[in-house]
Amino acid sequence: MRERIEKANQQALERMFAAEPVLVDVRPAGEAMAGLEDRMVLHAGPPIAWERMCGPLRGAIAGAAVFEGWADDLEAAADLAASGAIAFHPNHHFDAVGPMTGITTRSMPVMVVENRTFGNRAYCTLNEGLGKVMRFGGNDTEVLDRLRWLADALGPALAKALAVAGGLPLKGIVARGLSMGDEMHQRNVACTSLFLREISPALARAAGDPKSLASVLEFIADNDQFFLNIAMALGKAITDPVRGIEGSTIVTAMSRNGTDFGIRVSGTGDDWFTAPVEMPNGLYFPGYTEEDANPDMGDSTIVETVGLGGFAMAAAPAVAGFVGAGSAADAANYTHTMYEITAGRNPDWTLPSLDFAGAPTGIDIRKVLETGIAPTINTGIAHREPGVGQVGAGIVKAPMACFVRALEAFAAAMGVT
Amino acid sequence: MSEAAVLNRVRPGFYLDSVALMRHSQAVAALPGVETAAMMIGSESNKGIMEDAGLLADEGRGAEPNDLIIAVRAESAETGEAALTEAEALLDRPAAAGGEAGAWNPKSLETALETLAGANLALISVPGEFAADEARKALAKGLHVMIFSDNVTIEDERALKEEARRRGLLVMGPDCGTAIIGGVPLAFANEVPRGAIGLVSASGTGLQEVSCLIARGGKGVSHGIGVGGRDLGDKVGGLMTLMAIDALDADARTKHIVVISKPPSDAVAKTVLARVAESPKTFTICFLGLDTIDLPENAVLAPTLEAAAAEALGNPLSELSPDEEAKAAEKAKGMDVGRRWIRALFAGGTMCAETQVIFRAAGQNILSNVPIPGALPLGDAIAGHSAIDLGADEYTVGRPHPMIEPAVRNDELEVALAEPDAAVILLDMVIGHGAHADPAGDLADVLKGAKSGGPVVIASVTGTEDDPQVYSEQIVKLRMAGVMVAPSNARATALALAIVGHLA
Amino acid sequence: MDVNEFLESDVRVVNIGLESFARELGERGVPTVHVVWAPRAANARIRDLLAKLGS
Repeated sequence: MRERIEKANQQALERMFAAEPVLVDVRPAGEAMAGLEDRMVLHAGPPIAWERMCGPLRGAIAGAAVFEGWADDLEAAADLAASGAIAFHPNHHFDAVGPMTGITTRSMPVMVVENRTFGNRAYCTLNEGLGKVMRFGGNDTEVLDRLRWLADALGPALAKALAVAGGLPLKGIVARGLSMGDEMHQRNVACTSLFLREISPALARAAGDPKSLASVLEFIADNDQFFLNIAMALGKAITDPVRGIEGSTIVTAMSRNGTDFGIRVSGTGDDWFTAPVEMPNGLYFPGYTEEDANPDMGDSTIVETVGLGGFAMAAAPAVAGFVGAGSAADAANYTHTMYEITAGRNPDWTLPSLDFAGAPTGIDIRKVLETGIAPTINTGIAHREPGVGQVGAGIVKAPMACFVRALEAFAAAMGVT
Repeated sequence: MSEAAVLNRVRPGFYLDSVALMRHSQAVAALPGVETAAMMIGSESNKGIMEDAGLLADEGRGAEPNDLIIAVRAESAETGEAALTEAEALLDRPAAAGGEAGAWNPKSLETALETLAGANLALISVPGEFAADEARKALAKGLHVMIFSDNVTIEDERALKEEARRRGLLVMGPDCGTAIIGGVPLAFANEVPRGAIGLVSASGTGLQEVSCLIARGGKGVSHGIGVGGRDLGDKVGGLMTLMAIDALDADARTKHIVVISKPPSDAVAKTVLARVAESPKTFTICFLGLDTIDLPENAVLAPTLEAAAAEALGNPLSELSPDEEAKAAEKAKGMDVGRRWIRALFAGGTMCAETQVIFRAAGQNILSNVPIPGALPLGDAIAGHSAIDLGADEYTVGRPHPMIEPAVRNDELEVALAEPDAAVILLDMVIGHGAHADPAGDLADVLKGAKSGGPVVIASVTGTEDDPQVYSEQIVKLRMAGVMVAPSNARATALALAIVGHLA
Repeated sequence: MDVNEFLESDVRVVNIGLESFARELGERGVPTVHVVWAPRAANARIRDLLAKLGS
């Protein structure tokens, strides 16, 4: 049994490490993603009904309904959503991921990341920047106007540039970002800069007029977290080929919808194992406290699933400071601890402060339960009321109960009782 | 006392190592109005200990091994509640993390082995309920194992040792406080020079006393292998004793082997002695208290630890010197009428047994909380000489072992010093790694407060010059404090008996 | 390594439990790694499954 599982996990790791994720396109979700129909909203996390959704998720859905023209105003949109006239599905069921609320609808532009080794594609919306944004439940005119600009200006500009460039390989950008202080969840300033450096010539070549080019460059340059959504699509593109390896105890997705935390495990296919989400532990922006915080949310935990984010904290001492730990040594300790629950080390993504040890990769549910160590996730913290936006950032633990349920199901699948 | 309130609070899923918990327990017990306090994880054995100590309430009874029980007995419910709150505050105070902020330690054996290449020994001191699991994992990784923890079931011990034998690995312990491997003292052990004498011991303090006597006698130890107190019992059958003898037999450095244990059953003794008979090396067998048994030709019997060391050194067994005899007579002469009992207060359990053996051989009755065959169980009703092992559970509930922290013994010492019919107080001072930094200095502080004309205090020091506390410095402190110092526990016991002999 | 090889080698210790042992051994220059140990959170059934699944 042990050897069978080890072999399966080795195969899972090999597939992760063999991945060649390339950003190839930006297109409206309805065109890019098969099956994404009208009156369909994709959200972060495992499946959830309207009744159990948290405030920011409902707020974002209402905003998306207005954005799509399904309702005239937010109130009507909320009524529509409650009436059952809108279908809700997890992004993960459509090869996609989305940060925080993770809302994806037909008209929103999504980035397309192709894993050239396996031929699969993964999708993620464009990062909207900070402040009032839909991913934190924002839904007013400012939010919707920005979404329109993303769809009408930024998306097409990036699409043209990527066509000119012939796609943008991402693995190397992440590797360089790790050596420049990013962990790709809480901190993306290096990768965003590297991305901008790589894409700028193509953007310029493909651009129609200097003014619109300037606004595109300005938008990306003003948003340190622009690369987060790219990293998420990359994470999804890497983990999807790992799904459904019989006998593998490696986690292929971790995700939250603000109510439930869900994980998927390779050997149990596409089943979700859920438990109530926990509250993040972190620092709050001036004027906000944990009273204001919404429980943990978002598909962004896909980056931890591939060994980045909280797992690569050693690369990003600045982030460790954000989550209450001060020193570079503290940052390294987060990563050290994640080695305890992972099956391997990424040969391409190395951590300079740990003598270039590879990032801890491939969460083994057995190790999580054996050691009692929950995966550490770096996360933004949303306000519990829709529309307010981000109020802080910190770390959160994946609930143990998810792993208990997953192990029970895995054991059953292996015929072990 | 009758109105004392016993209060418990349970913290689910909280873990701290037992030394840290005991430190906190002491601090809470020292709060005004608190009689006693203990913080222990809610394992069955701990709950039993706390029940016996009158510290368990319903809340604590429901605790599980993953929970921490905070228990206090206080003069009122109010002071008790305050103490519980203080206890929780202590637990929540951020740990100093060993002084190295940010130092990283692995949380699993697997990662530990990646961190320390070539690791060959697992030293296990987790709570007993969990020790066997950890030991099993260590054996599976090819490590030799030293289990310091007690409360491992005998079934687990047997299974572990059988597994270890299959793998050709040592399992020292459980309840193994002492080992010296290749000159390196482990857990509670002393700095002894390397030499040609190999030791196999079921008892930790027995191994310490014999290895120190050998060191001070000018010879050295090749290896000291602790096998645990139950290894020579019928259930384990001497599995590790036999493996240790095999190893020392094959060890080129070892010329002579000393086996130390309480007397085993006839069957186990036979097995062990049959193995001894096959060896080309010479043996000293110390089945503490046993002075006749059929031995193979290459072995001699030593009834005490001191005798075992003397045999190993090739020295004649020492008697009290004329000087010591004279001193004993002089001490007896100056003593108040009515003083007649010896109060022996031990940190080392095997020293407690050795003293009883010497009493028995001298035809003297003795009471003990851990009586050897022939000694009497301790009871309030009977007056007489007594030997107390203060490392026994009833004294160490939530408190550090007296070798680490003399407070437990000091309480009893104060009582004995004030006792009008106490003639001699007999003490062992165990130094070395793991032990208190200055037991003699601590004793001197206690004696400073004693009235003159009290009982004579006699002590021996188990230790060497190279120990952190330094043998000779401890002796000087004891002498300055008016303590008679003997070169071994056996001689200290003989001296005590000589004094009371002169009183009659 | 077998027992005699062990006795001939330098002791290299994995300390599981009391931190003071690791600290003290470390100070004496004995190569030591301390494992931060805590009781498993998992219940008996999960422990049993883990054992069967080769963990």
